[in-house]
Amino acid sequence: MTGPGGIFAARVITPRVAVNAAVLVGLALVPVYAGLAGDPFLLTLITRVIILALAALSLNLIMGFGGMVSFGHAAYLGIGGYAVGILAKEGIGSGFVQWPVAVAASALYALVVGALSLRTRGVYFIMITLAFAQMIYYVAIGLDRYGGDDGLTIRTPSQFGGLIDLNNKMLFYYLCFALLLAAIYLVWRIVNSRFGMVIRGARSNERRMRAIGFPTFRYKLVCFVIAGAMCGLAGALLANHTSFISPAMMHWTRSGDLIVMAVLGGMHAMFGPLIGALVFLLLEEGLSHVTDYPDLILGPLLLLVAIYVHGGIDALLFGARRG
Amino acid sequence: MLCAGMTGDAANRCTGSMLYLIEQLLNGIQLGMLLFLLAAGLTLIFGIMDLVNLAHGSLYMIGAYFAATFAEWTGSFVLGAIFALAATAAVGMALEVIAIRRLYGRDHLDHVLGTFGLLLFFNELVRLIWGPAGLTLSLPSEMLNAVQILPGLYYPLYRLVIIGVTLAVALALYILVMRTRLGMLIRAGASNREMVGALGVNIKLLYTLVFGLGAALAGFAGLMQAPILTVQIGMGENILIAAFVVVTIGGIGSIRGAFIAALLVGLVDTVGRTFVPDLLHVFLSESASSSLGRALSSMMIYMVMALVLIVRPEGLFPATGK
Repeated sequence: MTGPGGIFAARVITPRVAVNAAVLVGLALVPVYAGLAGDPFLLTLITRVIILALAALSLNLIMGFGGMVSFGHAAYLGIGGYAVGILAKEGIGSGFVQWPVAVAASALYALVVGALSLRTRGVYFIMITLAFAQMIYYVAIGLDRYGGDDGLTIRTPSQFGGLIDLNNKMLFYYLCFALLLAAIYLVWRIVNSRFGMVIRGARSNERRMRAIGFPTFRYKLVCFVIAGAMCGLAGALLANHTSFISPAMMHWTRSGDLIVMAVLGGMHAMFGPLIGALVFLLLEEGLSHVTDYPDLILGPLLLLVAIYVHGGIDALLFGARRG
Repeated sequence: MLCAGMTGDAANRCTGSMLYLIEQLLNGIQLGMLLFLLAAGLTLIFGIMDLVNLAHGSLYMIGAYFAATFAEWTGSFVLGAIFALAATAAVGMALEVIAIRRLYGRDHLDHVLGTFGLLLFFNELVRLIWGPAGLTLSLPSEMLNAVQILPGLYYPLYRLVIIGVTLAVALALYILVMRTRLGMLIRAGASNREMVGALGVNIKLLYTLVFGLGAALAGFAGLMQAPILTVQIGMGENILIAAFVVVTIGGIGSIRGAFIAALLVGLVDTVGRTFVPDLLHVFLSESASSSLGRALSSMMIYMVMALVLIVRPEGLFPATGK
């Protein structure tokens, strides 16, 4: 058998790669298992995990790699979701319209928020992104035509001209999964590009990056917009998944959830947000079966991770990584 | 006043709306004072320990629950309030010793993760102890009256008491921070904590005291507000965000900034809620203006904050020495 220095010595298959690959294979097999075991709820749960992993991944692009801690990321979920919901209610059911509008609206919002917020630093940046998200939250509450506080049920999912039927839960799952994989690949490409080097450089020492001659504000703004657009897509998926949109999906505690997922998984790891979303949501679900008071355990667990684990689950499993 | 030149019906209507305006201004001041109690603790903890504390709203909630419980046990509102204040401060200090102090000097994201966990924990703990239904705290009967503060203007006595008591607390806090030795250490700790520690001050104890003070202020806000609102789980979450807005507008670490920003936010929010729907009604139909007005007035404090930060990225009164 492969002794010490076997396959792991090849430096291609590190333990991290092995675990990530196992997670991906596991996720790819979920619909098969759910079909065999006759457990449609599992498929629903993991679909949710994958969609929120996409949102957490987009947050991690700016937060983990760019050092921009956005405390209003759930706003993009809402904007993407409301784009689908509002268009559906107005009789435009085509996903070819709904999804691009969701992405474009989120990108536009990110452009405005980013342009205004990136002038501030540190805690002020956290707070101003929170403030903008609160504004969008209250805009949604004021949309009486689209349910106001109570939200809006979406009667038919996005139509793709017979190409993909989103009513097929398994198909929808694989679509979300494929989009997540594409997004992880995109983030990986971005982070390792020249553009990504500038973003990471600006995180560790912005003044120096500017002194070298990089207009860091513009780079960060573009990064902020990419992340917003990506999360808007997650919002469109989420609206199709739950067939329901409401202001609650933009409540500030939802933004907190996304931060928790990204930090829990490990912010400097490409698969961190996925692992974080998986662990957080499964823990939440699992604990609610065991006890009537799940947060009594979940809360202190998050606190312990914050206190004792630097670098989230990724660091816990594979040791801290450089950079 | 402004209505002096008018006669008859016009004068009556004018006086009526003036009185209404004054009443709303008082409501705004009352909300502002309440926000100040929360924001003062937050800004101290922000400024001195550099800690983002999302669990601050939980201490507000706990203060309200304690007050409701102790008031029922003792049969006295004032006794209940005093016990609740002490108990909330004790919970805060215990929290600091057990958990919070391990987060100092860490990344803000670790603070968000850890204190978000605490927020979940406290919500669940309250549900376990007091059950999912809310509590009510009734006022002593003499507090229920309205007093005449201007000819034709009656105002609830209890709301006046809130304004008065919080002003007194604000003054006491000012004296504590600016005129006492403890306050001097607090201010010194805010500008250079290593130096204060090097000079032989027990910085750990100082931090615990500051956190306890912040908790007591939050609990005080909660128990003062308890008779007006229902005491319920999650009551601290929305007001926490408003308090963050105050802290940010005022400049992190600045108590004076927090005081002015709290009044500003309280007034903008209250006056906005009262007059924006009416103002919109001039242009729009009844239903459209009421729903849009509701949304717009809820957004106003965030717009003020965004505007302030765009013009002054470090708030109105940035704390010096950082």
